[in-house]
Amino acid sequence: MSDAIDRTTRLRAEAARLRERLEATSGPQYWKSLNELARTPEFEAFVNREFPEGASEWQDPAGRRDFMRVMSASLALAGLTACTKQPEEKIVPYVKQPEGLVPGRPLLFASAVLDRGYARGVLVESHEGRPTKLEGNPEHPDSLGASDVLGQAEILNLYDPDRSQAILNLGEIRTWGAFVAAMKAVVEVQAPLGGAGLRILTETVTSPALAQQIEDLLRALPQAKWHQFAPVSADNARAGAVLAFGEPVETYYRFERADVVLSLEADFASSGPGSVRYLREFAKRRKVSGERAEMNRLYVAESSPSLAGSVADHRFPMPSSAVEAFARAVAAGVGLAVEGVVASRPHSSWAAAVARDLAAHPGASLVIAGESQPPAVHALAHAVNEKLGNLGRTVVHTAPVAARSVDHLESLAELVKDLKEGKVSALFILGANPVHTAPPDLGFADAIDRAALRIHSGLHEDETSERCHWHVPAAHALESWGDARAYDGTVTLQQPLIAPLYGGRTTGEVLGALTARPDRTAHDLVREYWRARVTGVVPPPLQLAGAPAPAAPASPAGRAQATPATPDPAVAAANARFETLWRRALHDGVIADTALPEKTLSVRPGDWTKAPAARAASGIEIVFRPDPNVFDGRFVNNGWLQELPRPLTKITWENAVLMGPATAARLGVRTEETARGSWTDTVEVALGEARVKGPAFVLPGHAEDCVTLHLGYGRRRAGRVGSGIGFDAYPLRRSDALWFAGGATLAKTGERVKLACTQDHWTIEAEADRAASKRHILRATTAQRYNEHPEVLKEMGEEPPRSLTLYRDEEHPYNGNAWGLAIDMNACVGCNACVVACVSENNIPVVGKEQVSRGREMHWIRVDRYYSGDPGQPESLETHHQPVMCMHCENAPCEVVCPVAATTHNEEGLNDMVYNRCVGTRYCSNNCPYKVRRFNFFLYQDWTTPSLKLMRNPEVSVRSRGVMEKCTYCVQRITRARIDARSENRPVKDGEIQTACQQACPAGAIVFGDVNDPTSRIAKQRSEPRHYGLLTELNTRPRTTYLGAVRNPNPEIANG
Amino acid sequence: MSQIFHHSTNVLARVTLFGAIFAAGGGVWALYGLARSSWVTQQHVQRDQPIPFSHQHHAGGMGVDCRYCHTAVESSAKAGIPPTKTCMNCHSQIWSDSPTLEPVRASFRNDTAIEWVRVHDLPDFVYFNHSVHVNNGFGCSTCHGRIDQMPLVHQQSSLLMEWCLECHRAPERFVRPKSEVFNIAYEAPADQLEMGRRLVSEYQLKPRTSCSTCHR
Repeated sequence: MSDAIDRTTRLRAEAARLRERLEATSGPQYWKSLNELARTPEFEAFVNREFPEGASEWQDPAGRRDFMRVMSASLALAGLTACTKQPEEKIVPYVKQPEGLVPGRPLLFASAVLDRGYARGVLVESHEGRPTKLEGNPEHPDSLGASDVLGQAEILNLYDPDRSQAILNLGEIRTWGAFVAAMKAVVEVQAPLGGAGLRILTETVTSPALAQQIEDLLRALPQAKWHQFAPVSADNARAGAVLAFGEPVETYYRFERADVVLSLEADFASSGPGSVRYLREFAKRRKVSGERAEMNRLYVAESSPSLAGSVADHRFPMPSSAVEAFARAVAAGVGLAVEGVVASRPHSSWAAAVARDLAAHPGASLVIAGESQPPAVHALAHAVNEKLGNLGRTVVHTAPVAARSVDHLESLAELVKDLKEGKVSALFILGANPVHTAPPDLGFADAIDRAALRIHSGLHEDETSERCHWHVPAAHALESWGDARAYDGTVTLQQPLIAPLYGGRTTGEVLGALTARPDRTAHDLVREYWRARVTGVVPPPLQLAGAPAPAAPASPAGRAQATPATPDPAVAAANARFETLWRRALHDGVIADTALPEKTLSVRPGDWTKAPAARAASGIEIVFRPDPNVFDGRFVNNGWLQELPRPLTKITWENAVLMGPATAARLGVRTEETARGSWTDTVEVALGEARVKGPAFVLPGHAEDCVTLHLGYGRRRAGRVGSGIGFDAYPLRRSDALWFAGGATLAKTGERVKLACTQDHWTIEAEADRAASKRHILRATTAQRYNEHPEVLKEMGEEPPRSLTLYRDEEHPYNGNAWGLAIDMNACVGCNACVVACVSENNIPVVGKEQVSRGREMHWIRVDRYYSGDPGQPESLETHHQPVMCMHCENAPCEVVCPVAATTHNEEGLNDMVYNRCVGTRYCSNNCPYKVRRFNFFLYQDWTTPSLKLMRNPEVSVRSRGVMEKCTYCVQRITRARIDARSENRPVKDGEIQTACQQACPAGAIVFGDVNDPTSRIAKQRSEPRHYGLLTELNTRPRTTYLGAVRNPNPEIANG
Repeated sequence: MSQIFHHSTNVLARVTLFGAIFAAGGGVWALYGLARSSWVTQQHVQRDQPIPFSHQHHAGGMGVDCRYCHTAVESSAKAGIPPTKTCMNCHSQIWSDSPTLEPVRASFRNDTAIEWVRVHDLPDFVYFNHSVHVNNGFGCSTCHGRIDQMPLVHQQSSLLMEWCLECHRAPERFVRPKSEVFNIAYEAPADQLEMGRRLVSEYQLKPRTSCSTCHR
């Protein structure tokens, strides 16, 4: 008892000390964590080491004796390994080699992956039939050649060994034939009733072919119903469009044309339809070139810090519930007659300033409302955009992209009602996991058992599949034929890169089991649909299973149907037209000119202009967000995404209760960085009857009196990676408060738990030179200061003259290609796409939570997130993201200390790492001032799982235990380009080599090329006034360099 | 005090001490030799193949060009092992009943690949590229030897790194005119070094010896 009291007093004292230090803010200008800001002793001890304390020690529970027992045989035999010969290998050539394939050269195929049901165009790299990497499709409107975190990680979803692998009926393995027979029986019962007991539940469907198939089925079974539910849906945007325009329209944005952007809790930069393109366009307007900074300005009003908020010129932290009043004030400020305007300062003065700035840029401004904001806010955004003349310029409206636009929540509620009333006898759940994700008050999980027959299709066996009679493994996007629309409606084709690994079926094929032609493949379905669309030949109406056989025999190729016995020249010409279009579309990945036409609309007045009913909510406000990495829970079994530090919190492997520093201090929550992870308090969040418990995490910039809960964790049944980690926030997410809920309570439980948080890992220590203010790892300024003096960023550091070296320059002339890389910190929003792209390209292993918490994560790129400002005044905080990888120093400190010359310089200036020479002394990483080297403490690679072997890039060695590794500038890509150029007797062209991180970057923040070529993009970047290198005063001459950040704050708004 | 050891033990001590050095040196020498022996490198070792395919007959006797089967050699890292279809181009017409060729026909009939035993097997951390060599005046026979005289292919060279560097450090010793690359019977002229130097400058050969050329 007295121990506990002692401890509490001590904790209180420490918390007070921390607060004092925070208040004094004598720390560095930029800091990565509150511990760094306060310079706690723990932090000092942590940062001064190469690896955290104990990172290089044997700390597993196994004791010394166990270690000796396990290792003695290995040690005894270790010496003999050098004498073994290589095992005999087989060469297995093709029987008939596919046309166009050259063994050893990858092919690229255009396809699509789905993000919230919307298509994102990808190019898939295929090595002799194995897809190994996704890239963006430059010809796709959403991608423009870039990709995002979820798209990059999709390749691991494909090869996930935990995917469901067999058709199951009550847990027993069944054949496809048995499933078809069972579905025929369903149809025989349902057909006479008109399908009255049949329900289909999908997520958002944008596929024209699938939608047609479902509509055809509903025509044959008119009483059947199609429901849609996804936990993260655009319901609010849809309802907002109905409020403003009287019809559900889709809205998309042209950031390229916007000078001033106001985001009302819209995180347009991280995920969602169009986000990759939005980010590309937004970043384009922030790349300052030359001596004048002319850039856009972004205002973000939000509660939970988002990526868009982190790069905003002004971020207004406020509870989600307060955003509406703020939006009303902005609307009033531009001259709209609205009520419910926020009156209190500083929100009112912010809103006035924003409104003035918006009004000064008519037709070149943009107001965007987030999915989490109520319909009225969306209507207000539409009204402001109309008032400013932005419609048709920066804001575009089209018909809904989703095939049948419905309110997801209403749709699910209707299904639950029918279930409860016993009206449902056969329920198809295709791709969704509503047992886990449905709002608890709807009672879906209880009602589902009222359906007599339940059929589930999904990539994994999950919480929903275990409540269903049948489970059919779904085919992954890269195993399927299909089509889907992008954010602007452009139809994107999906083509399979590999035969289904586990016999998966597409949604269309599963529904096909209800028809008289159950063996039509996805290829037939999508081709038949588009053939009918192009040729205008109406296909015969859908026949249900058990109906008399259709007149034309069902041909597996699907080509015979549309060709009549006597060839009609008109039909033949139409067919030829279709074949040409199909081949073209398959090659390009998109069907040309299928973007939905723009609509001209005008905003109608309505109730949304009136003040909303006052909320009587006190207490804590809960903000729900999809997790940045595992989204709504569907990617929870993906090790890459689990281990990827969240962009702002840098937490891996779980979710946390995020809160602002003042809320945390009031609660007495304390987070402490130690050698074995970050220890933090557990808190209980209660809303009504429901309560969840999770680790607390203090996130600077979070609106106070709010907590953010990320959805998607706490999965009971996800797979070996994702089951049982994190906490499940869905039980708190009621249908009347899907995105934020007031009136919650927060209590500390007293339990302390460990988080694997990487925010203090690999911190570059700047203490020694801070006094001399000569060492600025991160350099940022404002547009105003930059315009007055463009050299301001350059002058923040010093660069020794090139003559200052013991080595003679003629020894290393670098007169051929000299590779370099530059990162524009004004474009970077910290989205992590580069990190996952690097993992995928370079076969980087997943190490697990325990290893991450000891500072052993293997990522070759880390994105350092820095803050400046006062954490007590969240609106004053400025956030910056700085990706750091190997600098490929010309005077590399790592090289001179390697006793076996395993890391050496090549003639193009690359710092080569030779795995087969490395003996693991780790001297190199000890001597690296940038802390970018990663050591394989254990055998992290999975060398046994067959499906993961298929996934690896054959151009990169798979590293073993005891080997150092680091960024190579994707030397395999450099080599390929160099050899190709050599074979064609030409120099390597600028832009021919793209590193994996560069290719993935949606913002186009990374540029790679030959610094010796004065016309190259990289050389131009290096001559910018914003250009600087990290720690150049050490005379390392880094080849990786940065362009400093320039923010464009509104002089009217005085921030701290 | 009398001597504990007899005088003759001095000899024993000397022999032991010097012997230890010789034994250690001999050990190193033995390991050095072992690492370069054909037992480890598999140099000159013939392998049994599922079909006794004779390069001597096809490339030598019939004069089939290397690239008829190894189609990727000029454009890819790998030379490419021909698909069964390539065999059947001829053997559906000639020797179409030969019992020796039954595995080929079975492969074509059943769509199952022929599993050849790999002869030239570099370690997995080495990335060799055929195209850059054959496109720059390095002949097949320079590394693979007189394939046209081998009934069953064996590895002509040691494939050790020192063997690679022999040429990467002095390409003039091995380069030949580009027109002669696929001439399997090519003989280096007497003035190889002189011609080599001329070709190295004409072809602008700058062979790389940095690690990441082959290791990545």
